[in-house]
Amino acid sequence: MASMIEMQRIEKYYGAFHALKNINLTVAKGEKIVLCGPSGSGKSTLIRCINHLETIKSGEIVVAGHRLNDSQKAVDAVRREVGMVFQQFNLFPHKTVLENCILAPMRVRKLSRSEAEATARKYLERVRIGDQAEKYPAQLSGGQQQRVAIARALCMEPKAMLFDEPTSALDPEMVKEVLDTMVSLARDGMTMICVTHEMGFARQVADRVIFMADGQIIEENDPESFFRAPKHERTRAFLGEILAHH
Amino acid sequence: MTLDFSVVTDAWQSLLFGTLGTLFLAFSGMLIAMFIGIAGVVILRMQMWLPSLLVTAFVEIVRNTPFLVQIFFVFFALPLAGIRLNPTMTAVIALGVNGGAYAIEIIRGGVESIPKGQTEAGLALGLHKHEVFRLIVLTPALRAIYPSLSSQFILLTLTTAICTSISAYELTSVGQRIEAETFRSFEVYFTLTGIYLVISLVTMWCLAAIGRWAFSYPQR
Ligand SMILES: Nc1ncnc2c1ncn2[C@@H]1O[C@H](COP(=O)(O)OP(=O)(O)O)[C@@H](O)[C@H]1O
Ligand SMILES: [Mg+2]
Repeated sequence: MASMIEMQRIEKYYGAFHALKNINLTVAKGEKIVLCGPSGSGKSTLIRCINHLETIKSGEIVVAGHRLNDSQKAVDAVRREVGMVFQQFNLFPHKTVLENCILAPMRVRKLSRSEAEATARKYLERVRIGDQAEKYPAQLSGGQQQRVAIARALCMEPKAMLFDEPTSALDPEMVKEVLDTMVSLARDGMTMICVTHEMGFARQVADRVIFMADGQIIEENDPESFFRAPKHERTRAFLGEILAHH
Repeated sequence: MTLDFSVVTDAWQSLLFGTLGTLFLAFSGMLIAMFIGIAGVVILRMQMWLPSLLVTAFVEIVRNTPFLVQIFFVFFALPLAGIRLNPTMTAVIALGVNGGAYAIEIIRGGVESIPKGQTEAGLALGLHKHEVFRLIVLTPALRAIYPSLSSQFILLTLTTAICTSISAYELTSVGQRIEAETFRSFEVYFTLTGIYLVISLVTMWCLAAIGRWAFSYPQR
């Protein structure tokens, strides 16, 4: 089994605050992980360590064969392989949808403008937003913006995608279009780690669901067992709360 | 007492050239100020203690001393450094340096107002820090503070009058010469007031037009 992302014995502090405690996580190529847990449990921190948006105190991270350290070279190599989608979309407001999508491919992958545009149009079609390529982010709905953000990440042709609560900032009626996009991405074999509380999505695509609390991985299982028979009291309490809200 | 504006109308050519001189000082000063403003913020963002300290010291010194003193300082300091410039170019530099210090403060505020997510999205895409600043952060940051920057630049435009103290070529020095030749103080300064008002309004209009052109993307 080829592993795409490997995290071993990760310890992460914010000042004196111990944010990640002995995290061990291996994600196989093509595997889909759903990461859940109460707010403040360290889910964002965990996935942000993978592409070095956060630095760790100790432990080892290997992404697609690249061992991560603080050198720019290692960081570049890892970021080259990993796409990220944020809760707040983070599209660049002064650039059109197309410009958002070609910026990094041209700068980082050194594609020509026409190559980058061709790639961008392909992925914009793929997230079913090809007809909005010339618009600015502010002219799109939240759901459309998030789909553009997904396309923008895909334009780098990453080997893995990290999603940090991609539907949490959306109006309810737009959640589905984004989840559908993520499902189709999953179907195409993308390696994914998704921080989300969308349990329907977890059931549908996750190979494993991981529950975190207080900076630790408390429990992990296949979705069927995870939802049917959570082992830990904290997981049960969490699931009770989540399901009550839905 | 009778008013005699003929001394002013007779000198319309001098006044016109003086006005152009003032506009030259103002717009050159703004360009330099803009350059210093962005460069200063870039240096601050490197987060190295000595460069940051120097930039901060520069900003504080300029903002806490009178421009009149600053312009004399530049006027006498440049020759000591072996740089010989005419008074007008000296004035451009003094105006640029003064405006630059204020611009650093203003632009820094703009950069800080940009959500961290923008930078993170750029980094996650594999862009380097300097690319993120130049390509992602800078334009929205300038847009956010463009009104303050414009006011600062209008102030800079009016500050050009002080450059008369080193005999730079601009409107106030022209006015002073006409006054000295004719003793028609009120008429001269009444006219200068009117011209400066027009210069301000035109500059404001130009800056607004530049802003509309540079920041035409829609905002939510
Ligand atoms: N930049 C930061 N500085 C200090 N503490 C932080 C920072 N980012 C996150 N934290 C803290 O780390 C903990 C985990 O945060 P986070 O990973 O964002 O949790 P989650 O995504 O599960 O809600 C929280 O207690 C949060 O307050
Ligand atoms: Mg989070």
